[in-house]
Order: sequence, then structure tokens, then C-alpha cells
Amino acid sequence: MKKMKKLLAVVLAGTMAVSMGACGSTGSASSAAGGSASSGAAGASAGGKGYKVRMVTDTGGVNDQSFNQSSWEGLKNLKKDTGADVNYVESKQESDYATNLDKAADENANLIWGIGFAMAKSIGSAAKENPDINYAIVDNSYDKATMPSNVTGVMFRAQEPSFIVGYIAGKTTKTGKVGFVGGIRSNIIDQFEYGYKAGVAYAAKEMNKKITVDAQYAESFSDSSKGKAIANSMFSSGCDIVFHAAGGVGVGVIAAAKDAGKYAIGVDRDQAYLAPKNVLTSALKLVYSAVEDVSKKAMKGEKIGGKTFTYGLKENAVGIPTEHKLMGDATYQAAMKVENDIKSGKIVPPATKAEFDKFGK
Amino acid sequence: MEVSSKYAVQMHGITKTFGTFCALDHVDLDVKRGTIHSLLGENGAGKSTLMNVLYGLYQADEGEIYLNGEKVNIANPNVAIAHGIGMVHQHFMLVDNFTVTQNIILGNETTSHLGVLNMKQAHKNVQDLVQKYGLEVDPDAKVEDISVGMQQRVEILKALYRGADLLILDEPTAVLTPQETEDLIEIMHSLVADGKTIIIITHKLREIKESSDTCTIIRRGKYVDTVKVADEKEEDLASKMVGRAVKLVVEKTPAKPGKTVFAIDHLQVKDDRGLPAVRDLSLSVHAGEIVGIAGIDGNGQKELVEAITNLTKTESGTIQINGAEVQNTSPRNVVNHKISTIHEDRQKRGLVMDFTVAENSVLEKYRVAPYSKHGMLNRREIQKFAKGLIRDYDVRPEDCANHLARGLSGGNQQKIIIGREVENEPDLLIAMQPTRGLDVGAIEYVHKALIRERDRGRAILLISLELDEIMSISDTIDVLYKGRIVDSFKQGEVDEKTIGLLMAGGKQNGKDS
Amino acid sequence: MEKTAKILKKPITSTIIAIVCGFAVAAIVLAAAGYNPSAAFGALFSGIFSKPKYISNVIIKATPITLTALSVAFAYKVGLFNIGAEGQYIIGAVAANLVGYLCNFPPIIQIPLVVLSGVAAGALWGGIIGFLKAKFGIHEVLTSIMFNWIAFYISNWVVSSARFHEPNSTAAYPVNPSSYTMLLPNWKTSDAGLAVLKGHKALREVLLKTDVNFGFVIAIAAAVFVWMLLYRSTKGYELRAVGLNRDAAEFAGISVNKNIIITMLIAGALSGLAASMVITGTDPHRISTLSAFENNGFNGLSVAFIAGSSPIGCIFAGLLFGGLLYGGQSIQANIGAPSEIINIMIGTIVFFVALTAVIPKLAVRLEKRGMHNAAK
Repeated sequence: MKKMKKLLAVVLAGTMAVSMGACGSTGSASSAAGGSASSGAAGASAGGKGYKVRMVTDTGGVNDQSFNQSSWEGLKNLKKDTGADVNYVESKQESDYATNLDKAADENANLIWGIGFAMAKSIGSAAKENPDINYAIVDNSYDKATMPSNVTGVMFRAQEPSFIVGYIAGKTTKTGKVGFVGGIRSNIIDQFEYGYKAGVAYAAKEMNKKITVDAQYAESFSDSSKGKAIANSMFSSGCDIVFHAAGGVGVGVIAAAKDAGKYAIGVDRDQAYLAPKNVLTSALKLVYSAVEDVSKKAMKGEKIGGKTFTYGLKENAVGIPTEHKLMGDATYQAAMKVENDIKSGKIVPPATKAEFDKFGK
Repeated sequence: MEVSSKYAVQMHGITKTFGTFCALDHVDLDVKRGTIHSLLGENGAGKSTLMNVLYGLYQADEGEIYLNGEKVNIANPNVAIAHGIGMVHQHFMLVDNFTVTQNIILGNETTSHLGVLNMKQAHKNVQDLVQKYGLEVDPDAKVEDISVGMQQRVEILKALYRGADLLILDEPTAVLTPQETEDLIEIMHSLVADGKTIIIITHKLREIKESSDTCTIIRRGKYVDTVKVADEKEEDLASKMVGRAVKLVVEKTPAKPGKTVFAIDHLQVKDDRGLPAVRDLSLSVHAGEIVGIAGIDGNGQKELVEAITNLTKTESGTIQINGAEVQNTSPRNVVNHKISTIHEDRQKRGLVMDFTVAENSVLEKYRVAPYSKHGMLNRREIQKFAKGLIRDYDVRPEDCANHLARGLSGGNQQKIIIGREVENEPDLLIAMQPTRGLDVGAIEYVHKALIRERDRGRAILLISLELDEIMSISDTIDVLYKGRIVDSFKQGEVDEKTIGLLMAGGKQNGKDS
Repeated sequence: MEKTAKILKKPITSTIIAIVCGFAVAAIVLAAAGYNPSAAFGALFSGIFSKPKYISNVIIKATPITLTALSVAFAYKVGLFNIGAEGQYIIGAVAANLVGYLCNFPPIIQIPLVVLSGVAAGALWGGIIGFLKAKFGIHEVLTSIMFNWIAFYISNWVVSSARFHEPNSTAAYPVNPSSYTMLLPNWKTSDAGLAVLKGHKALREVLLKTDVNFGFVIAIAAAVFVWMLLYRSTKGYELRAVGLNRDAAEFAGISVNKNIIITMLIAGALSGLAASMVITGTDPHRISTLSAFENNGFNGLSVAFIAGSSPIGCIFAGLLFGGLLYGGQSIQANIGAPSEIINIMIGTIVFFVALTAVIPKLAVRLEKRGMHNAAK
């Protein structure tokens, strides 16, 4: 089963690259060949052989069906492309972060990845202890002033795909009411919520309709039964589409949609495989492509420390799947237009409540 | 003795050690075919060990076994069964919710070619056996529904069903009522008449006299003698068993009762199911007197003792010791008021079997000096006390202070309890079935101890199901029937028959209670 | 032969054989999965012993499970199966975290306050289970399982509450540094400390790279305390009597119900202590959203089992378990074998310990055979 899912992800990655490539992006994803085209930087000689990349998962583990797994896929691609030496260490508890990062450092890694904002503090102190090692963290940006010079932040403009799926939801809803289920409130999840809300509002304005968004939090990223309960109550109160940004909680959301015969919108990866007839679309956040990209930059000897890289539509690291039979061609084409508008800067989806309030005006 | 095919079993020079302990030391046993042969010895003498060797449960370190004159090596019970040996253990090994027939054929099922159970055939085979030996038992009854005596018959049938020619019965009468015992002896005779051979392990002299042809006595793992039962008196057998002269009749002087120490007044107690078990019971015990309560099991004995010891709440009435009421307080309060109890169930209530003897010896006084101080045990004092107790009460082995109580024989466990309770210096000593499961030597010891404590001026309440015991050592005999004391006698005023009648609910002439 | 039999009869021998069997099975699994077992075990041992800081980390890992194991072992001696150590740990962690965050006294007051609040919360949690058993006869395993989940959700509720949730994290606010029980927490990062440590490589590694703390010393002290309590005190005498034969204990005037409650209070306190030492002693000094049980209590169950419920044995079994947990990650990191392998190994060891009842029997057999041979 797991293998199937992985395979699916790889296939998906392939289709994404093709579809996004067609949009004429010149983003960094095209640097796939960069690793082999040795730039002469010390770490990346001989096609990356001998360059050690280590990754420390958060407590979700490497098979979390989410960003840990996606990141590890990115590193595996990196190994395939460049021959770099990659491996991971799994954390079982939060107290493992520091010791696992230390273990990775002991193996003389050149680059160490920490996955998830929960590791921000541990990465920060590990970086201070080992100034010669590059650290990178997914989903976290440090304060410019205090950011160590050997740490790289990797962020996603998750508000962009959220905006698109919000737009699709707005176009598709029949009841004029859609839902959002978040995991635990944070800056990252805010991107999804406000991006989505703005997308819905954008569609409502376009159609001159009133569409309300019911947003609730599960206070968990793993409690799928809670996700199911929340989604059930949303569906029974009149919502017909629910978008989730809540990790494992979302499995329950999708299950509820399947039971109720309504729509759910997936997150991070194409979650259509969970309920092909009920997952309307997904807000993709392709962590693997960013991880691979930043790793390659580091291998080439680029100075990546002290910077935060932000990935969005332009970099082909977020988006929606091409499969669109549930929404129909018209809606999909409209969504593609919105996507282009975001890429061109015509639309700037909000990532915070403040930005959203401004956006509405 | 010469090896001969006259003998069903000959065991020569059997030696078996457990660690440093020598359980059997060159023991001989020769059992003639077609006889009932009893194996007599105190608890822990090695009777069961010897039979377990014969049954293949243990391997002897030395010695030979001959069956019908041929040397055999019995490596395990299957070999024994194949040689026609069957054993009925003290604790039955039956499946409670199987029928009698199912239990009998278990492990030896009659099957057709396809492995399908042929219950019809099995049923018939069992029925044949039942009729042949007069082992009346309903083949279709569930084991849980039949009496202990019947269950024992099922065990015997099981052995016969497997083709046993030699039956070993381990303490078969320990669990039986007198009537059941008589029936069993009859069955044994009919089996022998059919050519079977029986070895019976026991320490009950009367039964040996009634059942056996020959008796082999062993003492502390050593062979003592083999005698023709008809030639010996019970006293002689007892003396050979314990290795010294034994008086089977308890000797005592007349009681010199003092003031009333203990009194129960109109006591009412309900049993576990909420039904009245003790009804309006009154009795009193004086200092220097043994009051025996005679009665058939289940007439309120258990509830009476539980009420006195405060394991159960009373409905109404009072229990007084030295004028102080103790009903519905706590077990510890009762102990503090100088009531000590020898409980009928040694293993459940009397001892913590996985505590050492020393730890058990202070079960009621571990909290007081010198056995503890500031909440910490004083192990040296506890050891000292335990060693004194072991010495004074003749507990064996002598160095058992740090052995687990579980490892001791029943009699020695009982000695520890008696010692412990008596050393509490109680004003009232309650002895409930104090000799249950003990052998002659130990019974004699317990009775002497009770009389000794009486003579020291303690009040003693003896509750026993053995009428012999009540009759021989009580100064006052109260008869208990359906939770009431129906009559009371001084020792010597009454005969066994009268009391037996009262115990069964009959009425004495002229008296209406 | 006799000697062999004698050795086999000792409980420690059975345990060691179980451990060896665990390794053997793990080797077979590794080989079957295409990994070199000797390389894997090499990685395991170097992951435990090759650097002083690794040993320090093993000890840090061993601390909470040793304490929860003591909790389980202690209750077991009184005839209670404390499967609730997990919940008692969680609730202890919540209490220690909250008190450590809300209060900020000088360490001399703060540390005992935080530690004791964890202990008290754990004791309360265990005590409720004991109370329900004593008063209403509800089996402690049932209530324990329920209370594990209640603690789990209380913890998550506290973490997500506006008052305690640290924004942009999955955790609560950490305790104030005055609660830290690490070795010289301030000195070691000060200039003076760094200057001194510069000359001592091993010491520097241990102090700076690991959260070396007083937890394990406390765990050893707790083990000795539990042993003294059980085998040297009158209370322990009562407790063991209740554990071994409640009827006889009751008959002798020992209150069974009271002792059940006391036992669960103490067992809960030990689990709470485990949590306190983790919160005060190791980074990140806080509780975080639980997606599943962290197994601090359940692992304690296994540790107590391996230790045969011996309080002193818990120390060594805790270290073994801590070593496997921490060193096991090196197997994955060095040769790429999945971390599940180490779980299989731990599971196998526990399984074989359960089977060790067989080993003394084997010894008896061996004895028999020896005598046979001697006779021939």
C-alpha cells in the first residue's frame, strides 16, 4: 500500500513537472541538471559523491504521508541525480531533536535538514554549535536579525494554491457555504486559511454571490476522528465543500466527505487516491522539490546560509493537480487563469489575517 | 527381596534427591498382584514422591523398578500408562464443563477412520466399565454438577479406561465424606476381586485397617517396615509411622473453668448471598475451658468465625471479649483485644505462602517493638522470634526460618500458625478445623497444644467438622444446627450418637430447642 | 552439567539468555532484509559507547523509563498491574510544565516545587485508580487504560489552550530556566565555563552537547528507596503481604483497601517523578501536542518486566532499554535499516523474558540428564 502511494507521488511529480513546465516557468526547478554540471564548488565535486546530506524528521516519522515523507523523497531524488550520500534520522519525541541533530553532525554531514517549524529552536542551537555545517529547515523563517549565518529557511507560499482551491470551491459550491479545517493555528496554517478564504471571496465577487466560509481548528495534526467529527458537522450545517490543512486530521475530513457524498479538498499532495469521487482537488505543496532544489544549491557551493527561500507557483513548488474531472473543464480553465494572474503578480493572495482584511477591501 | 512375577510392582533401592534434600533414601516397595497395598507415612515422608517415581513424573536417582518381574524404565507418565499404571491424584484433573464420558475419553478418544469422534462407542465402553465395577456415575452429567466423590470415580474410570491394571490412589479419602469413604473402599475391593492391584497413599489408620492387605511404612524418606495389616493394631502402625509411641486418645485433666472471657449474645449474621447464616446464636467461653462446636459443614461455622474476626458485618447481637464489644470494628481491633484465630484455611487465610517462615511469624505484630521501629522492620528480632518459634513448636526442617512457607508440609505450616497465634498471648484462642489435612503425629501435636494452652488459663473455642475431635478434647460441647446452638453438654454427659442426631437436625428427647 | 544447571536457575541468567535471543532474532531479521547483522550491531554499539556524549544520552533516555519501570514494578509487588504509568507520566509532565512556566522562583525553591508538582499530579492520577479499585472493585487495568487517554487529551487540551500554547509551535511554553536540573546549566555555557571546558574534550562534549542532568541519580535513589520501602519497612511488609495473599493479610488485620490506594499513590508518584525529571532536565523542557503515546510509561512496563520487577534490576534494565532506544537509531542512520528493526529486537527480548519461565525447567531437565549419565 505504502509503495503504491509512493509510486503515485512519483508519477504525480512527473505530471506536475510537465504541466508546470508548459506554463513557461524559468524557476529554479529547472536546475535539475545543475548538480551534475559541476560548478567547481568544493562540496559538489565529482557529481556530488561524498557530499553528505542528513535529514532529521519531526515526531511524525519518515512515513508520515506528509512533509517528512515528501522531504525524504526529495533527498532520494537528489541521490539519484547527483550521487550524494543521503540518509535520515527519525525523532520519536521532541526531546530527540537536539540529540538527533547532534548525531547527524557527528557523521560529518555537509548539510542537515530539519523538517517542520517545531525544530526551529533545535536547529538554531545546533547551527551555533557547528558553524561549519549548513542547516536547512522546512516551513520556518527566522528573524533576520538573529538568524545564524549557516541556516537556511525554506518557506512556501501556501496561500497561492490555497487561493486557487478556494476559488474552485467558490465556483463549485451549490449551497453557498464552504468549510476549512485547520490543524493547530500557526503562521503556516494561516497561509492556507486566508489564502483559501481570499480565493472563495474572489470567486464570490466574480459571480456576484455571497459565499460564507466556516473555519474550525482540530487542535491536532493527527486525530482523524476529530477531523471527521468537525467535517460531519460542517456538512450537516450546509457546507458542501471542506478544505483541510491539518495533516492526519484531514484523513477524517475526506472520509466524512465520502460518507456524506460531498466534496473535500486535499492538501500537500494529491489526495484524490483517498476518495477519487469526493476529493475535488488538492492544494499541492511539493516539499520534495524545494528540498531537492535547496540541497543542490548548497552542493554547488552557493551561499545559502542566512537566507530564507520562499517557494510558490513561480518555482513550480505549489499548485493543483491537472486531474479535474470533478470540477469540469470550465472551472479548471478559470482556475488556470487565476493561477497565471498570481504568477504574474496581478493577484497577491493574502497569507495572514491582516493581509486578508486588506485584500477584502 | 527377590524379583518375581508374583509382584505387580517392585521398587528396589529407590533414591531421589531434590538439591541437597533427600526425599527418598533407598526405599523398597513390593506389591503383590491382586492386593490392596497401602503406603503409610507422615506428610512429607516421601509417599507421593515414591508414587510419582513409579508414575514417571520423577526420575529416580538410583534404584530399579520391576513390573510383573520385568525391569522397566519409566521415563514419563505415558510409559507408565502403557505399562498399565493409572494414578488418581489428590487434586482431580478434570474439565469441569465436560460430561463424565467426555472427561473419561479425553486424550484417548475413540475415532472412526476419518478421525471423527465416535461418541456412541465411547459411551458404551464407559457404561460397561461402570457396570463391571459398580462405579455408579451418570455418564452424561457434567463434572461441575456432580459431587466430589463422584468426581473421584470419574478419575478412577479414566484410569481403567486407559487399561490400568495397577491403580495408585493418592490420599483418596481426604476429600470424601464418611459415607463416600465407605463406598470407595467397597469399590476398591471389587476392583481387586477382578484382578487389579491397588496402591493407596494415606495416613488415616482406620481406612488402612478397613481396606488394605499389606502396608508399607516410610518415615522421612526411609523405608521402615512392610506389615500384614491384619496383624497390627492402629497404635502400632501410628508408632511406626512417627517413630515413637503415639497415644491416639488425648489425655487431659478435667477443666478448671475461670471467669467468662468471651460471650456471644443473640448474634445474627448473613452469608455472602444475604441469607441468614447465624441466627440468634449465643454462647460463652470461660478461661481455662475448651468449648467445642459440633456441626455439619455449612451450618454457619464459617460466618460465625468471620463475624468474630470482623471479616463480615453482623446484623445484630453482640460479641464481647473481657466485657468489651468487638463486633463490626476491624480485624486488627479483634487481634488487639487478644483474640487469636487459627483459621481452617491455612493457605488462604493463615499464611502468606510466598513469605518466608520468619515473615509469616510476625504477620500480626510486625508493627510493634521490637519487631519494628520507626516504620522499619527489625530483621534481627524477627529472625530471633521465628527461630524461637521453630524450636518451641518443633517446626521442621529446623533451619526453615528463611524458607518460603510454601515449601513446608501442611503439618509444619500449621505449627507455625499455632505458634504465632499462641505467642500473641491471646485470652481467647479460636481454632477452626485445626487438624484439617494433618497426619497422626501432627494431629496429636495440635491437640496437645490446645490442651496445654487451656491449662494455662486461656479460653479456647474449637470449631471442627470432625466429631471425634470435638468429643475428645472439648470440655463443653455446643451443637450447631442451621446457625443456632441447639444444645450444650459437658464432656462425658453425652455420647457420639446423640450429638450426631442433633447435628443432623434431630431432637433430643424431652428437650425442645 | 550440574554447574550449568545451577547457573541456569538464576533469574539473571534467564534474562541474559533472553537478551541474547533477542539479538539473535534481530540478526536473522536483519540478514533476511539484506543488511549485514554484524555491521548493524557494530553501529548499535558504537552508537552507544563510542563517545562519552552517547553514553550520556543513553543515561538521559534511561531516566524516565527507569522511573516508570519502578512505578510498575512497585505496584506489581502489591499485586497490581499499573498499565497506567503512561497516563501518570503525561499528567505529571503537564503539571511540572505548567508550574515551571507559571512560577519563577530561585532554583532552590523552584526545582523542588516543579518536581513535586509533577510527582503530586502523578500520585493523584494513580491514586484515583487505586481508589476506584479499593472502593468499587473496578479493575485497575480498565481504569488505567481510560485514565491514560484522559491524561492524553488533557495534555493536548493544555497545549492548545490560548494561555499556554506557544505561537507557531506544536508545544506549550517551556518551563522557566530556574527549573532546570541539568548539571551546571548556567556555568557550562558561560565564558568561564567554556574556558575551563576547552581543555577537557570528553567533559565538554557531555556537558555541552547533551542535557546531562540529575535525573538518573534521582532514579537510582528512587530504586533504592523502593527497595528499602518494600523489603525493610513495615509498610512494605504490609504491601507485600497484600500483594501475595490479600486474604491472609486481611485476616491478620492489614487493611487491603488502604494499601491498594497507597500503592497506586506511590506508583503514580514515581511515574510523575519520571515526567518531572524529563521536563526539568532535558530540552525542550515542555510538553507538546501528542499524536500518539510517547511510550514513556509503556516502555517502563517492558523494563519492569525485563527486570523481573526487581527495583534494583530496573536500573540496569532501564539502561539496557535506553541503550537500545538511543543506539538503535544509529543502526538506521549508519546502515539504513529501518528503525523498526530495533523495535523487533526489543519486542523479541521482552518475548523471551516472558519465556524465561522455561529456562529453569530446562535446568531441571539438564540436572536429570546429568544424573542419568552419572548412573550409567
